Amino acid sequence: MVDVVAQHAHLALTSGKHNMSGYTNLFSRVQIHTTEPYPGVPLGRGNSARDGKGTMSKLLGRIGDAQIGPIYLGATGFASLLFGLIAFEIIGLNMWASVGWSPVQFIRQLPWLALEPPPPSYGLHIPPLAQGGWWLIAGFFLTMSLLLWWYRMYRRAVELQVGTHVAWAFASAIWLFLVLGFIRPVLMGSWSEAVPFGIFPHLDWTAAFSLRYGNLFYNPFHALSIVFLYGSVLLFAMHAGTILAVTPYGGDREVEQIVDRGTASERAALFWRWTMGFNATMESVHRWAWWFAVLTTLTGGIGILLTGTVVDNWFLWAVKHHVVPSYPHVFPPVTDPATLPGSAP
Amino acid sequence: MTMLSFEKKYRVSGGTLIGGDLFDFWIGPFYVGFFGVTGFFCTVLGVALIIYGASIGPTWNLWQISIAPPDLKYGLQFAPLREGGLWQLITLFALGSFVSWALREVEICRKLGMGYHVPAAFSVAILAYFTLEVIRPILLGGWGHAFPYGIFSHLDWVSNVGYQYLHFHYNPAHMIAVTFFFTTVLTLAMHGGAILSMANPGKGRVVRGAEHENTFFRDTIGYSIGAMGIHRLGYLLAVNAGLWSAICIVISGPFWTRGWPEWWTWWLNMPIWR
Repeated sequence: MVDVVAQHAHLALTSGKHNMSGYTNLFSRVQIHTTEPYPGVPLGRGNSARDGKGTMSKLLGRIGDAQIGPIYLGATGFASLLFGLIAFEIIGLNMWASVGWSPVQFIRQLPWLALEPPPPSYGLHIPPLAQGGWWLIAGFFLTMSLLLWWYRMYRRAVELQVGTHVAWAFASAIWLFLVLGFIRPVLMGSWSEAVPFGIFPHLDWTAAFSLRYGNLFYNPFHALSIVFLYGSVLLFAMHAGTILAVTPYGGDREVEQIVDRGTASERAALFWRWTMGFNATMESVHRWAWWFAVLTTLTGGIGILLTGTVVDNWFLWAVKHHVVPSYPHVFPPVTDPATLPGSAP
Repeated sequence: MTMLSFEKKYRVSGGTLIGGDLFDFWIGPFYVGFFGVTGFFCTVLGVALIIYGASIGPTWNLWQISIAPPDLKYGLQFAPLREGGLWQLITLFALGSFVSWALREVEICRKLGMGYHVPAAFSVAILAYFTLEVIRPILLGGWGHAFPYGIFSHLDWVSNVGYQYLHFHYNPAHMIAVTFFFTTVLTLAMHGGAILSMANPGKGRVVRGAEHENTFFRDTIGYSIGAMGIHRLGYLLAVNAGLWSAICIVISGPFWTRGWPEWWTWWLNMPIWR
């Protein structure tokens, strides 16, 4: 890496041609293999030892750092993985049981299999194991696993004496998870409102949820969440593209560029200033990134929380607030079957 | 004012793809260039046509304004202005504007001695738009298959087209696209958080460097992809989110006309299960 960033930063491009064929990112391979893996920043008192010594992977070195590990597992990490494994096993074994313990059918039908929450008749009561009890237990262990993992992200940052920004971003994702599986079901008074475990089943739940509440696209917080989701992808493409384009000037060493602005930062800033009249700084672009990612799940969670609790039909809500477009009538009118005699009361 | 303290020395001539020195100048902070002119032209015309379309439409309500593509009876022909012709012109100018923007970015890259990563990524976004509004309608034989220009009307289009295939979540390319979208946001949060936590470690502490970045991710998840690697990863994830979005919609209709849940029967019917 050292000889790469030490390339001379050429400024005058009067000919309109420039030679970057020596170093084009994405395609150049920068394999850094050290004889001794870096053991990590020394930790203070009260920490256990890191697990493993670290090893080198040539495959990973093709896109990023070659070193894998060491990892700090600790008691919290161990408990988190254990709880996660318990949840995973409960879900998997319930799915397997649902096909009569046939190994072939388990694999064959796996994407369709589910561990469903209790039926509505149980409300928030504890149901029998086969009636959603296992779902409740798996959800408990998965939630505990995630909360322990959050504490671990927080604790590791504190022990390394760096900021806790990653942990707080993770908290925003956990917020959406808790709204879907815990907070909203409790407010609705029924575990049956929660999402089932399963590949296709959770997609079915999503579609059914949208239909039940009058099309989630009319939920303004859903719209905001999508804006931040797409915005995050746009931002990462813009940011990662910019940094890759200035790595010959050392642009990938972002923290150094924050405290000691170099030509990489200046070119990156000017690129956007000349393109759209505005530029972030090497630090502020990461604040944009953090907030866009965090707001994706934060607004998404708000949107789910309001659905069914505050708003029963987002389409009617949108009609009331004059945001639904009207279209020319191209088909003859149909009668709502619910209004016909003989339909359910 | 409009120039940053260090900007003057970077404002050199050259690097243009077309037009030589003719448009090689700045207006305020904006670089102009040949493609700035074409982009401005396309944008002004496109926006003017949208405003004209709104003015002959039923509402000035920003949420409800919608400019629809031609009816299917027009097939791939030109439609009268009020019956989708406006939509056709707006699409044309939109594409002109997007491509001009990308090429102007290329010129700015050349001026600053930067790689072409940003315009290359933007090209994939343009491709996704082109796929939705041009390629798929052509494959299906009618501009009426494109989406309308309106805030909520384009959401209605997404909803309706999704249910035409019964349940769009079962579209395998859609699954891949959504996975790329979510993973991009996850890695963006991790990267943004990592840099901010190193630059802002707390009162009285010195700013942290690569050792701490790497140790934080090795300690927590066992692997740190590194300062350069995260940008390669983020770039590939983001670009693939756009690419697979384009793929998932272009296969719906031209290459698969049934419900997407039904597509998965090949898996259930594989001979290995017998």
